[in-house]
Amino acid sequence: MHELSIVASVLDQLEEIKKQQPAGAHFSKVGLRVGELAGVDVDCLRFGFECSVKETPWEDLVLEIEEVPRRQRCPGCNAEFQAENWATACPKCGEAATITIAGEELQIAFVEVDE
Amino acid sequence: MSQIVVEKKVLNENQKLAAELRERFRQHKILVVNIISSPGSGKTTLLEHTLERMEKTKRVALLTGDLQTENDAKRLAKWGFPAKQIITGGTCHLDAKMIEKHLADWKLEDLDILIIENVGNLVCPTSYDLGEHHKIVILSVTEGEDKPLKYPSIFVKSDLMILSKVDLLPYLTFDAELAKQNARTVHPGIEIIETSNKGDGLEQWMAWLEAKLAAVKAGDAVSA
Repeated sequence: MHELSIVASVLDQLEEIKKQQPAGAHFSKVGLRVGELAGVDVDCLRFGFECSVKETPWEDLVLEIEEVPRRQRCPGCNAEFQAENWATACPKCGEAATITIAGEELQIAFVEVDE
Repeated sequence: MSQIVVEKKVLNENQKLAAELRERFRQHKILVVNIISSPGSGKTTLLEHTLERMEKTKRVALLTGDLQTENDAKRLAKWGFPAKQIITGGTCHLDAKMIEKHLADWKLEDLDILIIENVGNLVCPTSYDLGEHHKIVILSVTEGEDKPLKYPSIFVKSDLMILSKVDLLPYLTFDAELAKQNARTVHPGIEIIETSNKGDGLEQWMAWLEAKLAAVKAGDAVSA
């Protein structure tokens, strides 16, 4: 539901990044990183992006999304593991309170520039 | 062709503002909670009970978000604490800018607790940091037990889950134990309080707020 405002934030930041580039630089692709816990629906994000760039200078910008699964670290035995079906207990030692180390991302990772 | 490494949060602007708000709340030792639930889970009702029970010497203020109408602020103003409506005009969540704007004519040094009632929505408010100390999620027993599994982000990010309307349990097939187990599956450390309009759990809820306020006043609160 708020994917459209997320797209708007991405495009605003791209405008800022573009200002720091030599005049005439053309952005061909933007890479986003979206974690499982980010509360963002990737399909909605793609759709919102398509609608937002249509008939604008961003029209041919390609959107690449890397979806990041939730990973946990065990404070007891230091094991790192992917949380399957939301089960966050440590599979090695059984510790219940593990720490989320990935999956909350909502980031612009990179942009590709045609010289 | 070349690649520029950006590595920036998409909601960078919101994050920056939220960090500023958090710092202001810290300086003034104000406890800030952000209450999130589906529409109709009982956010405003819980706040009415809260204000009714709140010591009148406590300096509490409320910001309540909705797409339209001043109804909630009017409901909450009855108890004599300052309450302000944030009308988002269609936006499905509150963001840090709205909080900053609506706080502008309140003096932070005059407050102990700021309660933010987010727009009824279990998804979008999760992404927007408001500078709060604690997110609180309300799940009512007229919803599904599997909501924590369907909408895990908010349950992961909330320190407390309020299971509301528990006085209706005898009339429903809702399995409260399963709902709590599901919440703990996605967030093992989540605290849970069961409440109802009949008064269940309200003392426990008030004690929870009191304890969190004491932590903020002592300067040892861990902010979200």
